[in-house]
Amino acid sequence: MTQLSPNSSSGEERTEPTDGFAIDTTRRTTREALGDYVARLRGGQLGALPALLGLLTLFVVFTVLSDRFLTLGNLANLLGQGAGIVVIAMGLVFVLLLGDIDLSAGTASGVAASVLALHLVNNGNLLGAMGTAVFLLFCGAIVLAVVLALMARLWIGAGLATLGLLLVVLGVPANPWLEILLAVCVGTAIGCLTGFLVARVGIPAFVVTLALFLAWGGVVLQFVGVGGTLGLRDDVLFAVANGSLPVWGSWLFALVAVLGYVALGWGRHLRQVRAGVVTAPTPLVLGKLGAVVLLALVGTWLLTLNRSPNDQTVIAGVPYVVPIVLVLLVLGTLVLDRTRYGRHIYAVGGNREAARRAGIDVVKIRMSVFVVCSTVAAIGAVIYSSKVGSVDPQAGGGNTLLFAVGAAVIGGTSLFGGRGRLRDAVIGGTVIATIDNGLGLLGQPAAVVSIVTGVVLLLAASVDAVSRRRAAAVGR
Amino acid sequence: MNDQRAGSPADPTEPVRPVLRLSGVNKSFGPVHVLHDVDLAVRPGEVTALVGDNGAGKSTLVKCIAGIHPVDGGSIHFDGEPVRITSPKDAADLGIEVVYQDLALADNLDIVQNMFLGRERTRGGLLDETDMERAARDTLASLSVRTVASVRTPVSALSGGQRQTVAIAKAVLWNSRVVLLDEPTAALGVAQTRQVLDLVRRLAERGLGVVLISHNMNDVFEVADRIATLYLGRLVAELPTRDTTHAQVVELITAGRSGDLGLPRAENVAL
Repeated sequence: MTQLSPNSSSGEERTEPTDGFAIDTTRRTTREALGDYVARLRGGQLGALPALLGLLTLFVVFTVLSDRFLTLGNLANLLGQGAGIVVIAMGLVFVLLLGDIDLSAGTASGVAASVLALHLVNNGNLLGAMGTAVFLLFCGAIVLAVVLALMARLWIGAGLATLGLLLVVLGVPANPWLEILLAVCVGTAIGCLTGFLVARVGIPAFVVTLALFLAWGGVVLQFVGVGGTLGLRDDVLFAVANGSLPVWGSWLFALVAVLGYVALGWGRHLRQVRAGVVTAPTPLVLGKLGAVVLLALVGTWLLTLNRSPNDQTVIAGVPYVVPIVLVLLVLGTLVLDRTRYGRHIYAVGGNREAARRAGIDVVKIRMSVFVVCSTVAAIGAVIYSSKVGSVDPQAGGGNTLLFAVGAAVIGGTSLFGGRGRLRDAVIGGTVIATIDNGLGLLGQPAAVVSIVTGVVLLLAASVDAVSRRRAAAVGR
Repeated sequence: MNDQRAGSPADPTEPVRPVLRLSGVNKSFGPVHVLHDVDLAVRPGEVTALVGDNGAGKSTLVKCIAGIHPVDGGSIHFDGEPVRITSPKDAADLGIEVVYQDLALADNLDIVQNMFLGRERTRGGLLDETDMERAARDTLASLSVRTVASVRTPVSALSGGQRQTVAIAKAVLWNSRVVLLDEPTAALGVAQTRQVLDLVRRLAERGLGVVLISHNMNDVFEVADRIATLYLGRLVAELPTRDTTHAQVVELITAGRSGDLGLPRAENVAL
């Protein structure tokens, strides 16, 4: 890669700058690009491939073992079951990209869910529901979060937390949309507290979030009450994870999504070709676009078929969780890949010192990812609470967080920071939901589900470690 | 940028006006007086080598210029104007760029992303990748960098020399006026050292003022126009390379003086 040029040792004989770097290429043939891909795989850059293969294997195994697994009803159900974990995992990817961890995301989402449920059940009267002392403490915590966010100049975080405070204090009557907004705002406020402790105070994220994991679990217990369960009797809240778009709406949604995807992808490729910058070969781009379009259309078609188990009712249409997850995925990917903020997250995760020297406000970035994580986790909380139809003292506890971390890692996000994408969370979350669903259909007890999930997570972590070693060996 | 490209390398006996001039700079860390009345001039189109033994204050001096440590006393002039540099941002705003020994690059990002790190170009709120990639390619091409397969190669896949090249090219991309290089060849092999030294020379040819810290006398004598020697925090001599010998520089580094040059008999110093 380096050549010793004999005529470059003194000033006069040095070669003049030429019109580009001779070896730099912006175009590759499809064959070269595929060859590169194989070389990258061999070099240990596996990306989402192991998770996709694993998912395929699980599908095949469960289809063979259970005649109910590969039915339309079950597949639609699977989407609803996995969505909560997937969404929480998407938020966690932001934190994992910095090499940090948020163990409290699960119980923090539980707090958001329990506030939502309290607000709904008591028709907005949180003061009465919590009791004066608890209510004042709760408001005080949100005010503190707002102040901390303002100190860190996280305007969006401060804004959402303030909105949450207003909703709490004003005691607006129950309304499912306001309820969801309130849950999200509570998530934001929690994230501001976590982020402050990690980024400003400088306590290791593991310790802070472990402590908060316990604390938030206690808060959920306090809000819901020992042995109590808050039922979510509301059509909108129930529909989030259990309802579906009407058939025409499903097709409209599919059409908009597909057209938007093709327009963006193809437009970007054309722009790159015109500008003469590095781009993938045209046949590959077309192939990728075509494959996604085909999958989307087939998926929509399957989900618009009647999947009702009996003849009296008709259940058809794309479940609401699909557009919810898709919108979050697209927005989040846009932020990570195409904005300065996202670039700075990757930079801080890759080399914190380099980012600091490049003038990036590392403290602010670190604090902000915890805010993003908790906010998105609250959205996940809305989904899983909707799926269950109630909020109990265990909300967000138990396996929620570990499944979410597992989802991100199984999908290919590195725990060491700097590497990972949001779609990893979606793929990994689907793997975990599939295991849960498939073993459940086979009538396996919870013990087996936990053991199998653990083994799969170990497998994924081993793939990450081995590919990392391999990558170090070939210098990539 | 200034239009010094044609006039360099300047005749050291008739120096061009310095772009950066330090006079009487002092710096202490608590009771430890690290820099004593340091005078240093960095001229456009010249490579000034900063040499000295370990602990002589080279890195401290660079960090003072880069704004990481504020100076305690003395003055800094940039383009003849007195300036105060109290933060890395001040230095960057003036056009002073530092290439650190331990390479401030993020491994997981590609060359373009690293070159624009912290100063990304955006259009409509989104990153303008096309524009950045072109600018990065043009910069590397203008520096005759021909060893990188693609500007979209992740930095983790680059060799030490290539990384150093990217770090230096970053300084050029930002139209810097002064580039400080802290031991750029310390960890490199022969061929890679060659590349980086060529690049250093090219920076000067483009009219930048270059300060090169190095322990390697061969490197220094090959690329530097002037050699400034620090000895125990004092700048004992700043001499044109052509009037200096290896032995003199080594004596200056180790003893602070060499014949008429250097520390104690200031009245005898013949420049």
